[in-house]
Amino acid sequence: MDKRLSLDAFVGELSDGMTIGIAGWGPRRKPMALVRAILRSGLKDLTIVTYGGADVGMLCAAGKVRKLVFAFVSLDAIPLEPWFRKARESGAIEVLELDEGMLQWGLKAAALRLPFLPTRVGLGTDVVTHGGFETVTSPYADGEVLLAMPAIPLDAALIHVHRADHRGNIQALGPDTYYDEWFAKAAARTYVSAEQVVERMDLAYPEDAKANIFERCFVHGVIEVPFGAHPTSMPPSYGWDMAAFKSYVASASEEGGWDRYSRDVIGADEAGYLQRAGGADAVAKLPLPIF
Amino acid sequence: MTQAPTLAELLIVACSEAYRGNGEVVATGIGPVPRLGASLAKLTHSPELMMTDGEAFLVEEPVPIGPRGYDDRKAAGYLPFSRFFDSAVWTGRRHAMVSPTQIDRFGQTNLSCLGGTYTQPKVQMLGVRGFPGNSIHHVNSMFVPAHSKRIFVEGEVDMVSSVGYNPARRPAGANFSGVDLRLIVTDLCVMDFGGPDHAIRLVLLHPGVTADQVIEATGFAVLAPAEVPVTPMPDAEQLAIIARLDPHNIRATVIKGNPSATREEVAA
Repeated sequence: MDKRLSLDAFVGELSDGMTIGIAGWGPRRKPMALVRAILRSGLKDLTIVTYGGADVGMLCAAGKVRKLVFAFVSLDAIPLEPWFRKARESGAIEVLELDEGMLQWGLKAAALRLPFLPTRVGLGTDVVTHGGFETVTSPYADGEVLLAMPAIPLDAALIHVHRADHRGNIQALGPDTYYDEWFAKAAARTYVSAEQVVERMDLAYPEDAKANIFERCFVHGVIEVPFGAHPTSMPPSYGWDMAAFKSYVASASEEGGWDRYSRDVIGADEAGYLQRAGGADAVAKLPLPIF
Repeated sequence: MTQAPTLAELLIVACSEAYRGNGEVVATGIGPVPRLGASLAKLTHSPELMMTDGEAFLVEEPVPIGPRGYDDRKAAGYLPFSRFFDSAVWTGRRHAMVSPTQIDRFGQTNLSCLGGTYTQPKVQMLGVRGFPGNSIHHVNSMFVPAHSKRIFVEGEVDMVSSVGYNPARRPAGANFSGVDLRLIVTDLCVMDFGGPDHAIRLVLLHPGVTADQVIEATGFAVLAPAEVPVTPMPDAEQLAIIARLDPHNIRATVIKGNPSATREEVAA
């Protein structure tokens, strides 16, 4: 029943060609330490499913992505993600481009163990032209023709939260939990990194039980990584690191930019990464973004 | 001392008119001018509008744009991302005003990619985001800060991200009754979809702008009545609300050179 894993053990459970869902949204509450563990590994040919930010850009830059299932890739305050753009504009990755709600719908279909869910969304747009979707006709009197949004089952989902315990009880604080619960339920195995892992949530933080956004039966592994969302935001604990994003964005216009970024910023392990990011005290003080 | 209204302020008021009479829906304005327009609408003619703080909470007092205290909002309700689809988008209880990269004569828009092929576009932008679902389920308007043929394209947009009124794009038996495009507010004019078969039509010209200027800057035919009314100027109350909602004057950065609302100098 003890689901605690090291970062190395986590990445060791993944394999080439997997379909991996990454929770969070754009530059917000992304499981970046888990993404960095993949960047440091030999994993390849991945299908990434996400509301994308620098997670997508970095995995594209490192040549890990075969296919991307997405509705957008953006750093929000920096609207266009440079390494994602390079990958698209060089034709390096296959894509399935979806509406944001269709992506949610596909995860829900997988979570509910259905082959598809019907929707009007996508009809009338080029999402249908390029996505290879089929339609279904309502069997009821209305006879409406609807798009059949296929389920998006995931081999693994990666999620970063504030707290977890050894059994996989989790708590995600902060104003928005995005679509994390649907990533968790759509996945065969959900790996949750947490700012803090406690022995028992019921003893440590019973007053925050409403922050338990999905049940522990959907959690396969728990990895303790303080500041594991950096450089993305982790409200209410810390904001995004705009200076770090700017330096990352700049790397995309340098010759050999990714090799330099990978060596000098991502580095060999998380302890070194956090030091290079300014250390725990500095990251803890990053101001929360205002929208 | 009273300052003459700027074009950005005129546009904020024009954007606010899009939300008049919408009922109890979520007013979403993406970008400073549409967001200030939605907030102004709520504080003047349409208090029934619902609005978020730009993050996850519903507020009854629109929050100012730009730097402020993180917890300055007073939450009246809760509308995080996932719930947004269930509560606002797919139920039709929303009016969004957005700024696409391309718009065509059918009101179809593009935010995804430009040129090349789909497998290798010349320019990759954001992706379609929520445009397909927004456009088929709820009211939408558009804001264009620099009216040109690059945005209002000849032919169709490169990647149809939102549904418009193109009959060729509508499969038989599907339900497009939720498609409801309202206003296009630009730095030159206000247009709507009130022509035959939802053709785009000029409804207001900003002070000092001629119909010919609009026609010249648009890649498709715009219906222009012989007499086009002039966009109303902001009044003192509206200007005071706008100033309060934008204490850092971010609106001054939206239109190049922050011209005056009257701008006779460009009317030549």
